[in-house]
Amino acid sequence: MHPILKFVAQRIALGLVLLLAASVLIFAGTQILPGDVAQSILGQSATETALANLRAELGLNEPVVSRYFAWLGGALQGDLGTALTNGQDIADAMSRRLGNTLFLAGWAALISVPLAIILGLIAVRYNGRWPDRLISAVTLATVSVPEFLLGYIVMFYLAVQFRWFPSVSTVYDGMTLGAKLNAIALPVMVLVMVVLGHMMRMTRAAILNVMQSAYVETAELKGLRPFTIIWKHAFPNAIAPVVNVVMLNMAYLVVGVVVVEVVFVYPGMGQYLVDHVAKRDVPVVQACGLVFAAIYIGFNILADVIAIVANPRLRHPR
Amino acid sequence: MNDDEIVPVSHVAEGETLLEITGLRIEATAYPPGEPPQEIVIVDGVSLSLKKGKVLGLIGESGAGKSTIGLSSMAYGRGGVRLTAGDIVLNGQEIRAAGPGVLRRLRGKVVTYVAQSAAASFNPSRKLMDQVIETTVAARGVSRSQAEARAVTLFRKLGLPDPERIGKRYPHQVSGGQLQRVMTAMALCPEPELVIFDEPTTALDVTTQIDVLAAIKEAIADTGVAALYITHDLAVVAQVSDEIMVLRHGKMVEHGTTDQIINAPRENYTRDLVSVRSIDHEEKAPVGETVLKVEGITARYSGLKRDILSDVSVALHPGQTLAVVGESGSGKSTLARVITGLLPPSAGKVTFSGRELSPALNGRSRDDLRELQMIYQMADVAMNPRQTVKTIIGRPLEFYFGMKGKQRDARVAELLEEIELGQGFADRYPAELSGGQKQRVCIARALAAEPKVIICDEVTSALDPLVADGILKLLLKLQREEDVAYLFITHDIATVRAIADSIAVMYQGKVQRYGPKSEVLAPPFDAYTDLLLSSVPEMRLGWLEEVVENRRMESAGH
Repeated sequence: MHPILKFVAQRIALGLVLLLAASVLIFAGTQILPGDVAQSILGQSATETALANLRAELGLNEPVVSRYFAWLGGALQGDLGTALTNGQDIADAMSRRLGNTLFLAGWAALISVPLAIILGLIAVRYNGRWPDRLISAVTLATVSVPEFLLGYIVMFYLAVQFRWFPSVSTVYDGMTLGAKLNAIALPVMVLVMVVLGHMMRMTRAAILNVMQSAYVETAELKGLRPFTIIWKHAFPNAIAPVVNVVMLNMAYLVVGVVVVEVVFVYPGMGQYLVDHVAKRDVPVVQACGLVFAAIYIGFNILADVIAIVANPRLRHPR
Repeated sequence: MNDDEIVPVSHVAEGETLLEITGLRIEATAYPPGEPPQEIVIVDGVSLSLKKGKVLGLIGESGAGKSTIGLSSMAYGRGGVRLTAGDIVLNGQEIRAAGPGVLRRLRGKVVTYVAQSAAASFNPSRKLMDQVIETTVAARGVSRSQAEARAVTLFRKLGLPDPERIGKRYPHQVSGGQLQRVMTAMALCPEPELVIFDEPTTALDVTTQIDVLAAIKEAIADTGVAALYITHDLAVVAQVSDEIMVLRHGKMVEHGTTDQIINAPRENYTRDLVSVRSIDHEEKAPVGETVLKVEGITARYSGLKRDILSDVSVALHPGQTLAVVGESGSGKSTLARVITGLLPPSAGKVTFSGRELSPALNGRSRDDLRELQMIYQMADVAMNPRQTVKTIIGRPLEFYFGMKGKQRDARVAELLEEIELGQGFADRYPAELSGGQKQRVCIARALAAEPKVIICDEVTSALDPLVADGILKLLLKLQREEDVAYLFITHDIATVRAIADSIAVMYQGKVQRYGPKSEVLAPPFDAYTDLLLSSVPEMRLGWLEEVVENRRMESAGH
């Protein structure tokens, strides 16, 4: 078998094991949450009998291990259970939300990744001169500001003062793509600012590291243009570290957008999670946790695989 | 790529002056630890002139400024050095103060460069062919297919195997000697007027060095380019150059035809270089019990499918030197790892002063460790840069003998005297020492443990010839005084001749030839030993052609 296929298979197997471990943690975590589900559904004034009946109905009296396997077995078949608070099927309710979140995160990624890499390349080209300093300073500033504050700042200027974009990002079925993009413009902007600095700085550092190599000197002595040297000779050898940090940020865009979604009242996973945590709706919290874990692990596997494929020594063994 | 980047090929006629350097001065800023930055002069007042079709050899020790001068003909200052004065006229154009646009039109087109380590100088993530023809296609106005055809012709001329397809490979898929030839092809592909060869064979095994040297010499002659050939090895430069310039501390010492420099050197320094290896060492007959005995050792690294060492047996007597000689990959360093316990062998045993050593390191007693010391090739990475010389040498004294305070300092001072450095060095850091001084400190550290055997792994390979000579003399002196035995691992036959009592020639993990020095180095030879011995460059004209003509066996290509 080609060593790369073997490596990819190993990574995926390892990812599944990790996901299983994560499912245990999620389940255990929700079990040790203080409070009682039945109590929070029925309220403070519920009678003891009513509580006992509800507990029995929800299967809360069964041993923890058998509940875990029942839950895991369902999840493997795509059945994430029903929400305690409104009786809706979780998988159904979540798929719309997840679609929305991926739409938002996807556009943020589409803009931020190329932008971060191009800015990184420019920073290397003018290393230590004003374009480098400007790029570093601006991206550092946007990373340093908390994202909810960034959200309110862009909302204040671009939605309230200039009225270019709506301040609330409502999307629904039947909207045209243009209308949807208009609606999510502000959250995308905030997300781009949040992840840009990290990726750009890593790109810059990784390429600068490669610029010390003897083969970059060879390229210089070939009389190539500085940007050709960076793009053709330095960047291909800096892909592995760059991909790693890009994937970490991608995962963050999907699972870490809670705050931004809440700020812009965007109907995504983040809103959904926050709503149901507040209502102590354990099955929904578990399902969200599992989906987030799967996405996080998936992106990390992807990062490893791309880094491996980018390495000619592994792609073309001796 | 813009059209204004195209530099069409137009050749200078044979015999016309191509490069004229006058009064070149090169400076850099040094940052010594704990002191304000200082301006230092690297090259001072060097002038040279080179005609089309001629080869000028630049020779000197490290720090002589020879690479810096070579790169100045591309107006390139490596690591921030500045070309501060003088004229560099290439092809009628003054280039020292030229702007980046002018230099881009010269570099990689009119002047090209072959680096010492081709392995590090090729981009690991691009195919060889793409790199070889890069400037030819982008800046010589040649189509890709024409450029590839020219590259294949050069590959064939340079004797590379499978010239049609080797360009499709990545750098890591090709051996070191082949890579060096591909780099020469890369330099010749854009039809330059001048090629700078910067130690192109130094990193190669002696047997491979010959092939590459012969290929380079023929390619220079065929294409009619001018060349600057930079090396520290006078015997090598004598084979390829028409003229030689000897440099020292950034100044010219002597300049003349190759014949004159080799056969009638005028300056004392040149004479030293020509007659280096002034060591006279009488071979000692094996006496007494062996101190170290290696019997039937077979070893491999985990994950490898073949043995690195198979059935290796050698012995070492007290106060004597066993030289283990061979090319890269012959298993000589692995033997050292087995003896020191870093790599437990799969078969065989190591006996040390009468007792059998545990195969693994953690089964050995403190005395086993103390009596078997090691010195490495890279002295600067074998020392903690944040410790002073006193701490470095004092460490084994504390660890093995529990010495402290004044007693330890006194012993450190004694050891510093023994290695001919003096007590003034006790408070210095490794960064404040020269290469030879660093290696001396490493020797003192090994001696501090009062060992019976010291394993010396290529200890002089990274040093200049005259400095290496000093180290070898010191090792011999210490052997006489302390009665310590050396297991001396090296690829350099001249070193072996200088210090060995007995020799083991290793080839592909086996001992090819083993015995007292006088026997091993006397005919009749087996095919490999013959190849190895005949490959050592000799300082006379025409040697290269003779050897290539008379060889019985091909080299491995490392």
